[in-house]
Amino acid sequence: MSSDRYSFLSVLREALRGQTGWKPAWRKADPQESYDVVIVGGGGHGLATAYYLARRYGIRRVAVVEKSWLGNGNIGRNTTIVRSNYLLAGNVPFYECSMKLWEGLEQDINYNAMVSQRGVLNLFHNDGQRNAYTRRGNAMRLHGVDAQLLDAAAVRRKLPFLDFDNARFPIQGGLLQQRGGTVRHDAVAWGYARAADRLGVDIIENCEVTGMRITDGRVEGVETTRGFIGAKKVGLACAGNSSRVAALAGLRLPIESHVLQAFVTEGLKPFIDCVVTFGAGHFYISQSDKGGLVFGGDIDGYNSYAQRGNMPVVEDVCEGGMALMPRIGRVRMLRQWGGLMDMSMDGSPIIDRTPVDQLYLNAGWCYGGFKATPASGLCFAHLLARDEPHPVATAYRLDRFARGAVIDEKGMGAQPNLH
Amino acid sequence: MRIHCPYCGTRGVEEFTYLGDATVRRPDPDAPEAAWVDYVYLRDNPAGPHPEYWYHAAGCHGWLVVVRDTRTHEIFSVRTASGGAEA
Repeated sequence: MSSDRYSFLSVLREALRGQTGWKPAWRKADPQESYDVVIVGGGGHGLATAYYLARRYGIRRVAVVEKSWLGNGNIGRNTTIVRSNYLLAGNVPFYECSMKLWEGLEQDINYNAMVSQRGVLNLFHNDGQRNAYTRRGNAMRLHGVDAQLLDAAAVRRKLPFLDFDNARFPIQGGLLQQRGGTVRHDAVAWGYARAADRLGVDIIENCEVTGMRITDGRVEGVETTRGFIGAKKVGLACAGNSSRVAALAGLRLPIESHVLQAFVTEGLKPFIDCVVTFGAGHFYISQSDKGGLVFGGDIDGYNSYAQRGNMPVVEDVCEGGMALMPRIGRVRMLRQWGGLMDMSMDGSPIIDRTPVDQLYLNAGWCYGGFKATPASGLCFAHLLARDEPHPVATAYRLDRFARGAVIDEKGMGAQPNLH
Repeated sequence: MRIHCPYCGTRGVEEFTYLGDATVRRPDPDAPEAAWVDYVYLRDNPAGPHPEYWYHAAGCHGWLVVVRDTRTHEIFSVRTASGGAEA
């Protein structure tokens, strides 16, 4: 008997048989001639889409094609934060849907993704910010999302070592979403891949899409480095490479690709038990279960496909960290990396049809794609299966820019590096 | 990343502010709406050489057009946006 389902019993059984019964988490599939749906991009969003297509919509002739190895993109390059603390009506129901899917994810896919609802605390440092966060918290609660406004004393009880009396940026309080937290990012990719594979989805790694076959305005499949793969429908979930892949179908997108860096330190004993963000700069930090401090800040701010950034942003992020919690000053940095962000023109994503028939687009996640993974997969699967937007993703239309219906949380306008 | 400003010489990227794609052109005021949507929102976003605007905020306050490879960050050429000096 194989240990197909992970459980306490399967762990016990394998312990007694010398761990010989485990199967690979997913097959190394070879491409078939054609599929009902081909998903381009084997990251979190693509794999989640394939899983929900098979699980919830009964479409199992599905392939996920990935140019590299599974999880080499942003699903393995983020800071693992999940939250649904948005302000605008187009966003809140979507991210709350995602939050609820995170809460049930591990049971759903039978995989330990280490979902940890340790809380996300956004600090504020002046009256204007307090008002903005009060408004945000109220908007969240009106949508049924948890939000709690903490005063300085409550924050001090929670995180006594912050620099509360900083002369320029005194901490006056924070907005806490207790249901937010962190999720083990790689496990999300592996778990969705395994669950989709068990339902018959082919996951084809090292298979780059090099062209689209389009006849009479309708997509018929994708040309890849492993030959042509026919498809009734093609879904793009290519994150930072969205513009490149969409260009193969003759499309130009309202997206620029930018690089975002993230950092992790040497392992320390536990001392930060939630996700904290600095309100006077751009800095967010949490402590991983291994003990490393995981943190990040702004995108570098220029178009990039390099998956690596530059020193000024490293310095800026570290300055933010020092202003918030000076005690991390002597901690050594272990690793630093970069990922490609599909920065959209209004800072919000796109899950929609395209002008090419049967070609669908899931893109524009900016640097907030990780938390959206489950809902993005569910909504994209819904769109691919039913040809209509999922009720929580009706605002994420490709034509919203032309219609003037942008969803601009930060109010920055059409300048992707400011979102 | 360092940018060679035609007036100030080679300076660190932290002295500069980025605007974006330097190939987009403001349409005629009477152009159809589609041309304006294209101008404001749509970008080629190439993986490769990319002409782009940088502002030398901590230097000469000049607007530069930098041609840079977005895959490697290698800079091929720098000139002033007005078309004058070339580095």
